Amino acid sequence: MLIHLVARRAAVALLFAVLAASKASAQFDFVGSWAPLATEDIQNDSLPVDYLGLALTDEARTRALSYDESQKSMIERQCAGWGAAYMVLGPFGLRVTSQTDPVTNRVVSFTIGAWEDWNEMIIWMDGRPRPSEHALHTHAGFTVGRWEGGALAARTTHVKAGFIRKTGVPLTDQATIDWRFFRHGDLLTVLMVATDPVYLVEPEIVSKSFRLSRTTLDYRAECVPAYEGHEPGDSIPHFAPDQNPFIDEFMKLYHLPREAVLGYRETLYPEYRKKIKDTYVPPPPCTESCGAAGNFVLRRQ
Amino acid sequence: MRTVFRTWSMAATVLLLLLFLGVLAAPTAVRAQQRGGAAARSARDAAPIDLTGYWVSYVTENWRYRMVTPAKGEYRRIPSSPAALPLINAWDPAADERAGNQCKSYGAGAIMSVPGRLHITWQDADTLRIETDAGTQTRLFHFSQSASAAASQASSGPRSWQGESTATWERATGGDGGGGGGSLRVVTSNLRAGYLRKNGVPYSERATVTEHFDVAPLPDGGRLLLVTTIVEDPVYLIGPYVVSPHFKKEADGSKWDPTPCSSTW
Repeated sequence: MLIHLVARRAAVALLFAVLAASKASAQFDFVGSWAPLATEDIQNDSLPVDYLGLALTDEARTRALSYDESQKSMIERQCAGWGAAYMVLGPFGLRVTSQTDPVTNRVVSFTIGAWEDWNEMIIWMDGRPRPSEHALHTHAGFTVGRWEGGALAARTTHVKAGFIRKTGVPLTDQATIDWRFFRHGDLLTVLMVATDPVYLVEPEIVSKSFRLSRTTLDYRAECVPAYEGHEPGDSIPHFAPDQNPFIDEFMKLYHLPREAVLGYRETLYPEYRKKIKDTYVPPPPCTESCGAAGNFVLRRQ
Repeated sequence: MRTVFRTWSMAATVLLLLLFLGVLAAPTAVRAQQRGGAAARSARDAAPIDLTGYWVSYVTENWRYRMVTPAKGEYRRIPSSPAALPLINAWDPAADERAGNQCKSYGAGAIMSVPGRLHITWQDADTLRIETDAGTQTRLFHFSQSASAAASQASSGPRSWQGESTATWERATGGDGGGGGGSLRVVTSNLRAGYLRKNGVPYSERATVTEHFDVAPLPDGGRLLLVTTIVEDPVYLIGPYVVSPHFKKEADGSKWDPTPCSSTW
């Protein structure tokens, strides 16, 4: 009888061990600091009225054209920060920590640390159910993750209505964001697929790569609201959508077609490139004051 | 009653022990399949993900550098070395055209970022073939069983726009969803010198291109192909140039539209 008991217990223990080992092999070490690589252009120069690379509904375009960046100078909005999507749109790196169950040692969640203008994001790994659709919506939203095909897959819901680009392109609280984190050696590539039934005709898909950092990165910074020209209670700065004074700025700087800058769906596919082939005229080479962020070679020969 | 119980207990123990042995043997069998077994299985049979079919570029990033030809001299986001600057400023697309170099911006260092469609097929059991309609380029990814074979393959033959590519599957097992999955890693060298951007930002023939092909589901039921591309060049780059263009799966090749290379567009 004893031998039966021992055999049974050993078999069960081994079964659990092997299952755990096979599960672990599908996962990678996500914890650590990941430095951003600035080799891809997602938000361009953050000039007003730049909706390049987006597929917007007419409603979104109208709303975006009414946006005035001075809103961020309002004392009650200075520390509002940006939504979950800013993880791949913003300039900072990722500082990832994990929280484990003290009894089972299983990972309960990963936390991606906050930046000065972005709230920390918790990715729940314990399979907990999503809260009611009426639950609090926040900038970070509610994110549940799972390991899948060698990648960490996660979905964010319960986001607060906000923006998907700093130029005022809106996102509703009905938006969902699907994430995939792929690790290849020291490179982490984060894929974001954002869908919004109100403001996006097609998902906004952005991928951004980070490199493992040997030093701990920390982008937290205290936000201290201060007077920046707007008194509490002032009207909210905005434009009538058809009178936005910046509508041509980005377009003219780079000779870009209007429908591309205003986020029309067709501009995201190769056919559009062929369509504008005979009409597009590149901007002349820059020799001084080259763009908003010094984007050209300054003829250093 | 006791006899029946004992018999059942014995049977349960035997079953558990069999399970025990099966569990012990399983990883060994998997490892055998990945090593010795993999030698017997072709790359096509061993593929953890299916990359075949038609894929279309979905240009949401680097739009200004990919969908139109940027101004001469613009190399922002590319870690170009000082040695590259005279070439960037001297870019002459007409001269490239005259010299028969109109495909310089369609080489392996840039081709996945050129807006267009991919047609991915298996040329044979161990060679994955990628055709592009933009520039009508063909890339061949050779799966090799040994590092030495891969090295000799990579250095053989004349230099070309697409170079020599060696490929390996990077397999994931288990996971919450089960079913494995994984990724394709491709290393390309033996390249002709080319452009990372249409406006003449160069990479040299000493460049190496490492790519990771990953697939992900889309919320509408579609599939996305993500190609993380790392270009390293000791001559014209001061650090790795990393981009990750992505593609949507298409049902068929009805939108396939081959267009020749152009040095200006």
